[in-house]
Amino acid sequence: MAVMGKQSIQFEKAPLIMEAAAIVGKKEGEGPFAPLFDKVEADAFLGKKTWEEAEGELQRQTVEKVLEKAGLTRMDMRYVFAGDLLEQMTASTFGLMGYEIPFIGIYGACSTMGEGLMLASMITAAGYADYTLAVASSHFAAAEKEFRFPLNYGSQRPLSATWTVTGCGAVIVGAEGVKSGNRKKPSARITGVTTGKVIDYGQKDSMNMGACMAGAACDTIYQNFMDFGRTPEDYDRIITGDLGYVGKTLLLSLLKEKGFDIAKQHDDCGILIFDQEKQDTHSGGSGCGCSGAMFAAHILRQVEKGAWKRVLFLPTGALLSKVSFNENRTVPGIAHGIVLEHCGR
Amino acid sequence: MGRSERMMNTNQTMETKEQRFEKEVKRVTPKHNVWKNMFHAFWMGGLFCLLGQYFINGYMSFGMDKDTAGKWNLLTLILISVLLTGLNQFGKLVKLGGAGAIVPITGFANSVAATAIEFKKEGWIFGLGCKIFTIAGPVILYGIVSSWGLGVIYWILKITGVV
Repeated sequence: MAVMGKQSIQFEKAPLIMEAAAIVGKKEGEGPFAPLFDKVEADAFLGKKTWEEAEGELQRQTVEKVLEKAGLTRMDMRYVFAGDLLEQMTASTFGLMGYEIPFIGIYGACSTMGEGLMLASMITAAGYADYTLAVASSHFAAAEKEFRFPLNYGSQRPLSATWTVTGCGAVIVGAEGVKSGNRKKPSARITGVTTGKVIDYGQKDSMNMGACMAGAACDTIYQNFMDFGRTPEDYDRIITGDLGYVGKTLLLSLLKEKGFDIAKQHDDCGILIFDQEKQDTHSGGSGCGCSGAMFAAHILRQVEKGAWKRVLFLPTGALLSKVSFNENRTVPGIAHGIVLEHCGR
Repeated sequence: MGRSERMMNTNQTMETKEQRFEKEVKRVTPKHNVWKNMFHAFWMGGLFCLLGQYFINGYMSFGMDKDTAGKWNLLTLILISVLLTGLNQFGKLVKLGGAGAIVPITGFANSVAATAIEFKKEGWIFGLGCKIFTIAGPVILYGIVSSWGLGVIYWILKITGVV
């Protein structure tokens, strides 16, 4: 393992992504990537009584799915890193407690999938685990209730607002050399990570989270280039979490100021997951489940196929709470970079 | 250069970075068309007024006086708004009509009903009981405070003989 530059790690024994699964809600299941998700859940309550229980169930089902796909059991998992957007990570703790896997709850707002993958790869690369799970979810109704208004309350959403994705992504990270259950070869390798800092550009509008997070995405991408001595051309894709249309424009111009043009490589899960015109989602999708589900359903598959050889996956989070917002604080952002590479041969 | 001076300098450059970014954010963030929104709010609000007048006239034709008919009209509008909220349709009216749907009593009813539906799951006391006025609360509180203020003004004008 080598410490690179200021904020990065290059793994000597790159941890492997054994398998991933994504379950999403109805609206996401009507989007352009619908066929790629493992399951589209039509019932927003998932057979439960409350939104919080529903999101927990979403996590439970996604973990069940990923274990089944990988041909592994819960007993094989040494750790699970899981997070969501609800207070005290209600969905993760209640959703996953039945598995009895040693549990580490994490909060990174919508960057949780990046945070989880980063920690899971560190812990497996360090030799402390054979298999580790990373799980992140969000639920539209639960997040609206938590951060905005009750679901049936009428209000006009600004055009810069994003739509919280109902979805969950679960990924199994394995140490190099472990057997991959029923599969012949792992899906991809995590060759490096760049841990993001909390970056504040003084933005205060929680209805324009792309603007709040663009600075953080720019900072981590720039640091990744510096630490690894890379340029945008070294990546087939640089994919941010949920900047949306507004955030994407801002990110591109911020990076241009620093001398890098990533227009050719850049994609954003929030832009990809919905059809902006048909689905009326304004600036795009957001939430832990946005980057989580898109990672499992789309990004990982492209790397697995070899269509993309090296990808920088960069989930982004807006670090606000109801209290910080009401107390008129700014909305800082964070972004964690995961370097994914094709397994080859 | 002393330490505090250096800090001030970094603060200044930070500020310009933030200000520059803020300008860029304003430039690239799309906004709703105000004129189009106002147009939709105008006819939507008008439609609610028309509906209200229709109810008032209707109740008066049953032999009610104007005041009683007005009160029954409010109750009817509240009922309609609450029903639409429960059926998850009220949000669609607001999305199109904005303030035209929110400002009449229908918006107030929606804010109470939506909150009640959402927080009932947290129990009758700490859920529904405590949180039902989460959105409508400020309207009630500051409505009462401002009516008190206006009352004081009216009282002063009265004892000074202006009115």
